[in-house]
Amino acid sequence: MEPDPKPSAADCPEIPLARRQFLAMLVLGMGGLAGTALLVPWMGLFLAPHHRSDLDAWRDVGEPDDFPVGETLKVIFRDPEPLPWAGYSGRSAAWVRRVSDNEFAAFTTYCTHVGCAVRWEEGAQLFMCPCHGGAFHANGMVAAGPPPRPLDRFPIRVHDGRVEIQAVGMPRPDDAPEAGRTPGQDRGKDRELGS
Amino acid sequence: MKARLRRIGSWIADRAGLEPIFRFLKEYKVPPELGRTKKGWFWVLGQALVFVFLAQVVTGTGLAMKYIPSPVHAWDSLQFLNNEVMWGGFVRALHYFGASAMVVLVFAHMARIVITGSYKFPRELNWITGVVLLFLVLAMAFTGQLLRWDHHGVATVDVAASILGRFPLVGPWLMEIVLSGQTVGGATLSRFFALHVIVFPLLIVAMIGVHLYLALANGVSEPPKAGRPVDPATYRSWYERHKEEGNTRFFPDVAWREVAFALLVYAVIFGLAFFLGPKGPGAPPDPTFTEQVPRPDWYFLWLYTLIWYKPAALDAVVLVWFPLLVFPALMLLPLLFGTGERAPSRRPWAVVAVGGAFVIWATLTAFGLRPHWIPNFDTDPVPAAMLAGAPPEVHAGAAVFYERGCQYCHVAYDRGGDYGPDLNQSVARLSREEMTVRIMMGIGNMPAYAHILSASEVDNVLAYIYWAAERRARPAEERDAPGASDAAEREAAEPGREGPP
Repeated sequence: MEPDPKPSAADCPEIPLARRQFLAMLVLGMGGLAGTALLVPWMGLFLAPHHRSDLDAWRDVGEPDDFPVGETLKVIFRDPEPLPWAGYSGRSAAWVRRVSDNEFAAFTTYCTHVGCAVRWEEGAQLFMCPCHGGAFHANGMVAAGPPPRPLDRFPIRVHDGRVEIQAVGMPRPDDAPEAGRTPGQDRGKDRELGS
Repeated sequence: MKARLRRIGSWIADRAGLEPIFRFLKEYKVPPELGRTKKGWFWVLGQALVFVFLAQVVTGTGLAMKYIPSPVHAWDSLQFLNNEVMWGGFVRALHYFGASAMVVLVFAHMARIVITGSYKFPRELNWITGVVLLFLVLAMAFTGQLLRWDHHGVATVDVAASILGRFPLVGPWLMEIVLSGQTVGGATLSRFFALHVIVFPLLIVAMIGVHLYLALANGVSEPPKAGRPVDPATYRSWYERHKEEGNTRFFPDVAWREVAFALLVYAVIFGLAFFLGPKGPGAPPDPTFTEQVPRPDWYFLWLYTLIWYKPAALDAVVLVWFPLLVFPALMLLPLLFGTGERAPSRRPWAVVAVGGAFVIWATLTAFGLRPHWIPNFDTDPVPAAMLAGAPPEVHAGAAVFYERGCQYCHVAYDRGGDYGPDLNQSVARLSREEMTVRIMMGIGNMPAYAHILSASEVDNVLAYIYWAAERRARPAEERDAPGASDAAEREAAEPGREGPP
């Protein structure tokens, strides 16, 4: 009888069950380790926002005399965190109102409803939103429409004879004070119910 | 030669182990109704999605060879594609209409599966992976909008980020993830490019693989019949018997319909791309450009309208809980209603749900195409000639009406916006005192003008509104042609006697 050149199963001892279970765990564990090793640095790139040191930088937007009392003007300044290649997308705008000689207010251009850019309408003395018809008074309070809270503000100051705005990004709901409904809007709602 | 090619072919098939796969696909059986009755035409949508997805991969790869995902260059590279590159604009158009076809087909596919109850046992996982694919297709539509890098696309992402910012606890963090920073900028564009071009397509390919494997493993669902409910205990054996007895093969008995329909979809996409051309880009997304009137692409218009129509009290429901829960809720569908009747005649609620969803979607989209809730910033002043013969306070009132923004929202005479009521109707309904109170105090979506208009300006505006209402009440011929021209002639003959001060 020819000897079988191939080893038969009988030549190799059976792998014990406990060892098999251990090896299965080892395979899964090592695979998981390799995956995690790749995923962790990847998550770093995906999750980490671009926290940069100049996040709260004050930006020069002009001299006080550039802003006549009672007028609302658009100012353009650099983002809190412009990338070197950001170009025009690294700019932000704000609506600056000189309330009195010593008092300035700077409103973000983001409507507090869902974040579209509001425009200042000089004739109407209102900020108007082109997306869902929200309107704000010159002092940022809600005048009409769906916005739930007044326009968000940038910190603004006069420093060394220059008007400066503290550049922060898109306003986040939790940044805003719990202003709730402004008097204007409450009145609107009440009257709507009453009429 | 032919024999040699065949030998090479069978060598590859043998060494690659393809023979069993070919045999499996060639002999794969489907329910006979799909091959032998016209009902088969309702079972072609999924395959069409695969075909259109492949078209998107091809056109998208072409576009990626010319597109520059940089905030300064993206817009210019799209202009270059539109105007300079051979077929560039056409391929952009194919990609846009292909994306639209993906969205249309994915919802049509889903509607068919709900109506025929095909998500039921044993195909629950087919449905769940389908929901993941639905999410991915919408994610592609959303990220693709930003890559167009015009103010519409960027505003849509601003709005999405603002909505995400409302989520409890993780909102601000989610917002930073989506924007990849504090505002839409260069980092956002790079992130969306990577997601749109690499991450989501890879996930879609993987999920299509799983979805198709499940379709093969569980078998293509048979057209339902009233009185033949799905019973998990007997369904599988019945289904196998049904297929064996019917002896209808996927290839080519059913596949020809799928390819024919896919070809029709291609024809529509090519036709639209040829005749309508590429979409945009609109004005560049300069964040300091506040004179924009942004709109999302049609696939998200319904949401844009819904955000306007929802009552303020439902803010959290519409903006937070709906987007958060809609996909998990859809995934629960087969787990809650996984057995029983499949025929639409026995499941009227399924038909009502699909029909209702479609009607709501179509209505919201139609309103979104012509939104009446925004000021009409483009309205022109009423020409002086049309006011000829009116007293001076009417001329003054018309000027105030235009300059102070009343005309953005109201029509008094001939032109204006339709956010607020037509004032012709208001004067019929309200007393002059009530009109004054509304102007001064505001009402509903009307701002209060007490601090904006002087008393004399209010008087003039009212004079103009009442004059316009009276003029519009006259018969058309008297109002427009002779009346106006008479007055104009009189004014021309005796300049300065009437007209504006």
